Amino acid sequence: MSEVTSSLESLHVRRSTFSPLFTLAGALVITAFFTAAPWILAASWVSILSNFFILLIMATMWNLLAGYAGMVSIGQQGFVGLGAYATLYFAIKGMNPFAAIPFAIVTCAVLALPITYLLFRLRGGYFAVATWVVADSAMLIILSIALLGGGTGSYLPGLSSLSPTQLDHDTYLATWFVALAVVVATYLILRSRLGLVLSSLRDNETASRSAGAKVTATRRLIYVIAAAGCGAAGSVLAISQPFVQPGNAFNLNWAAEMLFVTMVGGLGTIEGPILGCVIFFVLQQTLQNYGAWYLIIFGSLAVAVALWQPRGLWGALRQKTHLELLPVGYRVRRSDGVETTSS
Amino acid sequence: MPLLQLEGVSKRFGQVVVASGVTFQLDEGASLGVVGPNGAGKTSLFGIISGDISPDAGTVTFAGKNLASVPGPTRCRLGVGRTYQIPQPFEHMSVFENTLLAAQQGARTRGRKSFELAYTSLERTDLAPLANRPAGTLGLLHRKRLELARALATKPRLLLLDEIAGGLTDLEVSELTAIVRELQREGVTILWIEHVVRALLSTVDRLICLANGEIVADGDPRDVLNSEAVRRVYLGGAIINEAATR
Ligand SMILES: Nc1ncnc2c1ncn2[C@@H]1O[C@H](COP(=O)(O)OP(=O)(O)O)[C@@H](O)[C@H]1O
Ligand SMILES: [Mg+2]
Repeated sequence: MSEVTSSLESLHVRRSTFSPLFTLAGALVITAFFTAAPWILAASWVSILSNFFILLIMATMWNLLAGYAGMVSIGQQGFVGLGAYATLYFAIKGMNPFAAIPFAIVTCAVLALPITYLLFRLRGGYFAVATWVVADSAMLIILSIALLGGGTGSYLPGLSSLSPTQLDHDTYLATWFVALAVVVATYLILRSRLGLVLSSLRDNETASRSAGAKVTATRRLIYVIAAAGCGAAGSVLAISQPFVQPGNAFNLNWAAEMLFVTMVGGLGTIEGPILGCVIFFVLQQTLQNYGAWYLIIFGSLAVAVALWQPRGLWGALRQKTHLELLPVGYRVRRSDGVETTSS
Repeated sequence: MPLLQLEGVSKRFGQVVVASGVTFQLDEGASLGVVGPNGAGKTSLFGIISGDISPDAGTVTFAGKNLASVPGPTRCRLGVGRTYQIPQPFEHMSVFENTLLAAQQGARTRGRKSFELAYTSLERTDLAPLANRPAGTLGLLHRKRLELARALATKPRLLLLDEIAGGLTDLEVSELTAIVRELQREGVTILWIEHVVRALLSTVDRLICLANGEIVADGDPRDVLNSEAVRRVYLGGAIINEAATR
């Protein structure tokens, strides 16, 4: 017994393989750059970055949902649409659209909770199809509301006081700050106790349950968080258009893009969706003169990755280099000189 | 009041009967071994107790509480810890993170306490030197030990062990039985499915034999192994010969 006690005193648990100061410094530089981007970069680039951040928000949320919690949804466009329409609704009621973003987020979270009681009765493919049905039903309900412009949609009011340049800047900053908040929140979730449950769920649901993890409650929480996140994406999407139309806000393409990007980058790591988004936008920009070829190439890449590298390109990179930009794990150190070997 | 009580538990998968009126009870601190041929329904019985499988009929009572509507994770938190015959590690998590999850969720510990519980569980099973290894890189023997370590980290009152001694050398079996005896001294109740009879004989005080989902013998380990019913089930197979020579 004394042996155990003494070894416990020398037990140290660290959360990363390198100094957290390194991560912090890198994060500050990146934050400073993207915050200053509207003043540094050409307007066309700023608008591309806006779209990049909108997709990044969606992909990060889809990764939590499918990559960690095992809920393969093809219906997240439902919350993108609801987020956009909630923003429109609050703007029509006289609220500044930018101020409406948090209200749109809360609206989506509140709507998502009861939906889980319906969806969680289903598994696998049935669950996926049901998420799509829910998204389409949400669109049909919105279509029937005359106040929100019905099938033709509506301009987002409340932005006319801003000059076009000012509007572009503010729109960009909104997408950037929402994306930053979503990625940071996801990172903090994954580092927390809940994050360990999510990692275990990603790896083995059966073992997770029998080790005491409340799997259903965890799933419910993640579904609500992902709905809120996609609602945020829809809200900034509405502002960036600034026209809200059902066919665009509830477009199935959002689901396809968040899925492809996450699969290419890597499911079940926080860095994966970021890498996937970067690849998607680099391909789109370099191949933009060749029509839809970027989509065809990206789609083929997604299929190839799914076949040969199910953990995505980031997963492959990490396996070779053990690189973790945003470490979420726990590493054991023994100060008494006893080594705990690593892979 | 017994810690665990099964009353007329039945379950079938299509035509396959895995449990048929299974009834037994286990007092706190007692140790019960389970033997029976492959496909007898032993692992399924663990599933019914741990909540992975819901029975068609019958009741499972743990510490006076009917578990019928209690989901698996809650059963673990109440004190039902289990290992899997086919190891189920969290492959992309480190060995330490595997037990940490169990310590935080199953045993409801936090912070430093959860680290210590996770780490002591690894020390008890000699896995501490591999703490930082991804569990997916472990060989079968280490995976089996990790099953035990993870179950220990949930701080079980009842520990369900499913063939954790299979494929071990004599020395490794003695190390394992030493761990189990230590748990017994601490008051942990043990239910142990095992083909390695010598491991059972040196630990359990009672044995049941399962065949086609039915308990065909129940009692003192040696009496059960030598009983007519068990002989019939095994048709004079290896398990009897091993028991007879000890
Ligand atoms: N989930 C399941 N679905 C269908 N059949 C199953 C399932 N689980 C176990 N079985 C069948 O039930 C029988 C008993 O299995 P098991 O409980 O694993 O036996 P044992 O552990 O005694 O070898 C086997 O024939 C097995 O194929
Ligand atoms: Mg079995």
